[in-house]
Amino acid sequence: MKSKSKSSAASAENSSIKTGAQIIVDTLIEQGVDTMFGYLGGVLLPLFDRLYDAPINFIIPRHEQGGCHMADAYARATGKTGVVIATSGPGACNLVTGLATAMMDSVPMVALTGQVRTELIGNDAFQEADTTGITRPVTKHNCIVKDVKDLGRTIREAFYIASTGRQGPVLIDLPVDVEVSKCKTDGSKKMSLPGYRLRAEGNARQISAAAKMINKSNKPVLYVGGGVISANASKELRAFAEKAHLPVTMTLLGLGSYDQNKPESLDMLGMHGSAYANYAVQECDLLIAVGARFDDRVTGKVKTFAANAKIIHIDVDPASISKNVSVDIPVVGDAKVILAQLAKEVEHKERKEWFKKIADWKKNFPLRYDKNSTIIKPQYVIEELYHQTKGQAIIATGVGQHQMWAAQFYKYSKARQFLTSGGLGTMGFGLPAAIGAQIAKPNETVIDIDGDSSFNMTMTELSTAVEHKLPIKVCILNNGYMGMVRQWQELFYNKRYSKSYLSNPDYATVAKALGAVGMTVDKKADVPKTIKAMLSEKRPCVVDFKIEREENVWPMVPAGKSIDEMDGLDILESMA
Amino acid sequence: MKHIISALVENKPGVLAHVAGMFAARAFNIDSLVVGRTEDPELSRMTIVVIGDDRVLEQVRKQLAKIVPVVKVQDFVGQPVVARDLMLVTISAPPAKRAELLSLIEMFKGKVVDIGLKFIMVEISGPEAKIDAFISMCRPYGIKSVARTGTIAMSRQA
Repeated sequence: MKSKSKSSAASAENSSIKTGAQIIVDTLIEQGVDTMFGYLGGVLLPLFDRLYDAPINFIIPRHEQGGCHMADAYARATGKTGVVIATSGPGACNLVTGLATAMMDSVPMVALTGQVRTELIGNDAFQEADTTGITRPVTKHNCIVKDVKDLGRTIREAFYIASTGRQGPVLIDLPVDVEVSKCKTDGSKKMSLPGYRLRAEGNARQISAAAKMINKSNKPVLYVGGGVISANASKELRAFAEKAHLPVTMTLLGLGSYDQNKPESLDMLGMHGSAYANYAVQECDLLIAVGARFDDRVTGKVKTFAANAKIIHIDVDPASISKNVSVDIPVVGDAKVILAQLAKEVEHKERKEWFKKIADWKKNFPLRYDKNSTIIKPQYVIEELYHQTKGQAIIATGVGQHQMWAAQFYKYSKARQFLTSGGLGTMGFGLPAAIGAQIAKPNETVIDIDGDSSFNMTMTELSTAVEHKLPIKVCILNNGYMGMVRQWQELFYNKRYSKSYLSNPDYATVAKALGAVGMTVDKKADVPKTIKAMLSEKRPCVVDFKIEREENVWPMVPAGKSIDEMDGLDILESMA
Repeated sequence: MKHIISALVENKPGVLAHVAGMFAARAFNIDSLVVGRTEDPELSRMTIVVIGDDRVLEQVRKQLAKIVPVVKVQDFVGQPVVARDLMLVTISAPPAKRAELLSLIEMFKGKVVDIGLKFIMVEISGPEAKIDAFISMCRPYGIKSVARTGTIAMSRQA
């Protein structure tokens, strides 16, 4: 282990002559970075030499994509800006999926990439790639620094842009000669962003109009997205919902913003949302969207989405407003500020009939699965995880059926508790995300609820977890299929399971070979005690649950249908 | 419907690629795009003619404004605006047709900037419709080549 002694990196204030590499390290520390993820390479050696004795906890993934997801999940779990670093060419290219994932889900990240010497740029040099060109569509902002004098300011700007407004990843490309050139620093912290303006408060008149509309409404629904969590506005949201007395439904990324154990919670809406959420949205007279973007997985057929409702849309990103659905009252600004102001202006209203109707839907269309099955049902595993962790674990997921079950059957009560790739739908996100979250929250139980195919994509990162002695748990809901794809093939392609299965390794053996604990469960009766053993493990622990192979996620709104046209309600009914 | 959008952008590498990439990624239709310097060396002006309905245009404006080095976005729709294209056009002009052509050029307030035995090159500026009209008037003589700048515009109140 390298020493964590106080180094020359500590003082950024003094006016002195520094190398670019030193300026990078000093500015990172000035920005509050104490943990970063990344992989070195030739053009980053000057920087890594300066990181050698910097007071930064550095996590080396086994692949840059993994490092990028770790930084992303670190940011999702804490609200701090995640930092990832990769070398030029292939290193930078391997960040692309991770950056796109963070971009779609508005996660604050700063990515630093090495680049070949400035005079070689454009010459097809060894390990050269047009990194800013490649990553421009998947970052909130990016740039290349060609003059060491711009370096400190550019890094500061990157952190500012990443962490404000609608958050997102910012990439800075660093040619190696800039890392070694020297310049005089004067301790100035100026930024120059004439084109970057933020609207925080929200227009007061719009807020009052929204409050009036809410007070008048008999059948409102509050529709909450990940923006509320990004804005750290979960507390304000709860106070507002309680004061106005509103039922609350959440998007996949919004889960945790409102306590799902409350009777007002309608849980998740959309394609695999709960029937009661979808019915309530379709029948409401007022939909109050906060930090949500009317994504197609939420709205189904846009034309018929909440067709009888007025719509209030609170969002920090003006471009999100009236993009997919036209809005009656837009309020642009920070959800935390606006919700606090709204809470002051709304009145409590009983809305007895509306809540009665919602209670009936909840009673008649609950999420169910076949509890009498002798085979391990994935939903059962998740319920058992929920009970044994008392609903307090941080859950990361891959993408697919297991992700939807993790959204449906674990009830989240805290913001930043559920870490999942929503917008991009990145398979392989779960394991690195669990690692990033465990680094951020060493004392919490962190569980990756994964699918076999998702786990296959990034399982090499188990080595990273072992190296850092992270007590992460990985629960593979193993059906031997790319489950969601298989479900669509079953439903829409006449059960022709084209290429949606593969031969998996024995995950317990793989885990053991990599230095983790590995277990396999194929009997339903063994589920509780295996989970108990897993939770008490101090080492990374992988449990391979051999689940029902052709279980489907219900309910399901087929693509292009209205969200109240759900398939599978009869199947759920038959499981009662 | 055509809209003229004017964006003041930081004069930095990659900005044009960013703007053009955003248009492509979001499937917006560019009719023309002109970039040039302004009186401030730090800023350039992009004049973009976009085809789309009001909803599309609202998104175009917002998505443009979201790009960090884009400082200001203006849509000239519904405003009195001066919009101009510049064109260089080379037309077949055997001596027998020249007088006729020159009077046509005169009518359009064009300028002959090059001349050869069988051709003349004309510089002409004005609103897009005027340029289009000039082209169709010249077509019978035989157009050898055309280079147009695309529209630049400024609001009359500016």
